[in-house]
Amino acid sequence: MTPSSSLDTAGAAPHDEHHDDHPSYLVDGTTIKSWLLTVDHKRIGVMFLFFILLFFLVGGIFAMLLRVELLTPGPTIMDAMTYNRTFTLHGLVMIFLFMIPAIPAVFGNFMLPLMLGAKDVAFPRLNLASFYIYLTGAVFMLWGMLNGGLDTGWTFYTPYSTHTTTTVAPVMFGAFIIGFSSIATGINFIVTCHTMRAPGITWFKMPLFVWAIYATSCIQVLATPVIGLLTVLVAVENLFSFGMFDPARGGDPVLFQHLFWFYSHPAVYIMVLPAFGVMSEIVSTYSRKNIFGYRAVAYSSLGIAFVGFFAWGHHMFVSGQSTFDAGVFGVLTMLVGVFTAIKVFNWVGTVYKGAVDFKTPFAYFCGFLFFTVFGGMTGIALGTVSLDVPWHDTYFVVAHFHFIMVGATIMAFLASLHYWFPKMFGKTYHEGWGLVSAALIILGFNATFIPQFLVGNNGMPRRYYDYPERFQALNVASTAGASLLAFGFIIIACYLTYALVFGEASGKNPWRSKGYEWVSESPPPTHNFVGPQVTFPEEPHFYVDPKKAEVPDAV
Amino acid sequence: MSELLNNLLFLPESASTFAERVDLLHHFVVGTTMVMSAGVGLAALFMFFRYRRRIPDQATEYVVPTLKTEFLFVSVPLVFFLAWFGIGFRDFTWVTTPPKDAMDVYVMGKQWMWKFAYPEGPNGVNVLHVPANRPVRLLITSRDVLHSFYVPAFRIKMDALPGRYTQIWFEATKPGTYQVLCTEYCGLSHSKMLAEVVVLPQEEYDVWIKDQRRGRLQDRQDALADTSLVPPVARMVDQGQVLAGTQGCLKCHSVDGSAHIGPTFVGMYDRVEKLDDGQTIRVDEAYITQSMMDPGAHLVSGYQNVMPTYQGKLQGPETAAIVEYIKSLRTPNVREGASEGPAYDPIQ
Repeated sequence: MTPSSSLDTAGAAPHDEHHDDHPSYLVDGTTIKSWLLTVDHKRIGVMFLFFILLFFLVGGIFAMLLRVELLTPGPTIMDAMTYNRTFTLHGLVMIFLFMIPAIPAVFGNFMLPLMLGAKDVAFPRLNLASFYIYLTGAVFMLWGMLNGGLDTGWTFYTPYSTHTTTTVAPVMFGAFIIGFSSIATGINFIVTCHTMRAPGITWFKMPLFVWAIYATSCIQVLATPVIGLLTVLVAVENLFSFGMFDPARGGDPVLFQHLFWFYSHPAVYIMVLPAFGVMSEIVSTYSRKNIFGYRAVAYSSLGIAFVGFFAWGHHMFVSGQSTFDAGVFGVLTMLVGVFTAIKVFNWVGTVYKGAVDFKTPFAYFCGFLFFTVFGGMTGIALGTVSLDVPWHDTYFVVAHFHFIMVGATIMAFLASLHYWFPKMFGKTYHEGWGLVSAALIILGFNATFIPQFLVGNNGMPRRYYDYPERFQALNVASTAGASLLAFGFIIIACYLTYALVFGEASGKNPWRSKGYEWVSESPPPTHNFVGPQVTFPEEPHFYVDPKKAEVPDAV
Repeated sequence: MSELLNNLLFLPESASTFAERVDLLHHFVVGTTMVMSAGVGLAALFMFFRYRRRIPDQATEYVVPTLKTEFLFVSVPLVFFLAWFGIGFRDFTWVTTPPKDAMDVYVMGKQWMWKFAYPEGPNGVNVLHVPANRPVRLLITSRDVLHSFYVPAFRIKMDALPGRYTQIWFEATKPGTYQVLCTEYCGLSHSKMLAEVVVLPQEEYDVWIKDQRRGRLQDRQDALADTSLVPPVARMVDQGQVLAGTQGCLKCHSVDGSAHIGPTFVGMYDRVEKLDDGQTIRVDEAYITQSMMDPGAHLVSGYQNVMPTYQGKLQGPETAAIVEYIKSLRTPNVREGASEGPAYDPIQ
């Protein structure tokens, strides 16, 4: 418990006497039905967490199979067709079923109302619907992938995807359905931010995680319809020879790429912006500092969300688009880089004159900083038009997006899992194992993808089942790194499962954080707050000694 | 120095003029970003230690950046990023704008091989012969799905699109054999879609091409993998003339400059045409190809949209042959030899 902090005095007083009337959301109804039909944002978040972890496991197993196959040139454990299906499955599961919903649907769902002092999200039933829509889409996708599989890669490039005999249509239909879940969640969060803020929480007092989720939701609502439309068009073309993208029927294959990246480039920010938000919370909590440049970080989220819509052409520098287009998209790509740089500088600046407690989530913050900086910088290099010519579609690109998009997201996902574990389940995990596995994962991630940067530099294209022998040494190194990574994840699975069952009670606020979500109980009761309207501290993460508090105007 | 950096970065051998430009910028960008990133990282690590927590509920100062600090955060990266963009875009424009004196080679990707055709013959599969120190313009297309023509040693790459031509050029600096890889996923044997570029000194190239045009079988070690796939050696112009007759082009397009249902082929290439929507277009390989595949897309002003599409009726090499035939009918004098170089003035 936090002694003498404004958090404890604020509105938490009556909780002891009401304890029996207001059990935690985990035990308020223990039947399966009470979980499956719940409209509680916290339970929905936990159900999302369960399935997202399941899909992460599936995607991870396929990643390991790919790495083992690439140990030697030529066939190692599978044939070319199986390999092509495996990398497609890996990409689709990881992107559509894990990364896009990972942080918003689990932690966004759980934390957003807590951080805004609301009882729930604005549309609780829509929230539950979005969970079942997600599951339905996932079932379609997995059914299509297992029942025949598809070999187009997650990008579905036409005209290959309209020629191939594999099961493109059901998988794309699955992606189409999942899109609705994404849109529903996005609308829900936007409305929640606008209408459900507790008295006193103005826009610029919202925690930065809320800002990030808000920006993400805007992208989801605006961009997802385009991929929905596109998947329908490709499925129709595949089934009925529609002639939209296939030049043999008068279509335009490059049109597909424009529409695809118009969604999929912003989708990168759907994945990574929530990660940025999580890290803003974590760096504040563990260094006991208000975020350095709060407004700069908040505005840069919106900046990334906006400019991110106009950078899609950098995926197509060598696709035959005009030189003029390459120039426009090249410049806009650099602007996205600047927004990200602002965030990085402000996170590092937050530590300045802080009080760092090096706990597991902070270890993931270090990893996150590393992957964001190096992944971002290789992104700038790739956005430099002429450098992209040799790099395009090589392992350099694979390594780059695994650093910035996957690395940053996984670091943030694991950091939030640890940071909010006490909040969600009221238990503590073993700190020592936490640090060990964090070290293993960060090392493993580097050992996996740094060789891939180099092998890409050396000229190895992506999606290669077979490769010239000169690429072998680096591929072996990458596979070795991947096994280290897998080992790290196994450790986490073990101690977190243990902590869930046998973990010690964490108390209300084990990190002594002054983030808004810690104002409520841990785990919170069903309607989050009990008694009269809670009041929130002046601003989130305010760690100044109250006696000498004198707040200058933030930039 | 640059050799050492290339080895550290695992860059492949550099064997074209573009490779030299790219590598220079590569060193600049990678060097600067790595140093800056390491700087940020070390500063962070130092602060993690310097500002470690001493008491559990330690209070901290309220620090916010000044406008000047935020301005620095924005402007320093912006200046570097824009500088790199500037250099990169200049080089990109350079590599997508072939010089006037470039030699043309038609490249066609199909699942899962590369075909090469010289305007004056011969055609080849999976082996491209070019002279050293001479600009070569590649006119790239695909017969089925997307492919991408990538030569790591030259640092060039361009997608091959069905029904369209894309172009890129290179000037090889060292004789030798260089691998070509397909970098756009194209199905089952994507990773086996390999070819090679054989760069010969000019004299040897001249001998080679003369032998080829005489129809002599190759006796080199890197002989064609599958000779059955190689069409008979012929000038593309001759093939094109035959095709223009058999495919019915000449029913509407005259070859003596007279007016007919469609624009005359004489002097068509490199002409600036006024379109029916008021825009103008310079007739190049891409436009001629598009007009065969999708005749109504850019209609020349004054003509009816009556031409049928040849999509699916003409294969990549046949399209290329007709393009070559039209290129040979340039005014004022109808050209005899192979076509050379692009139709426009390169950007310097």
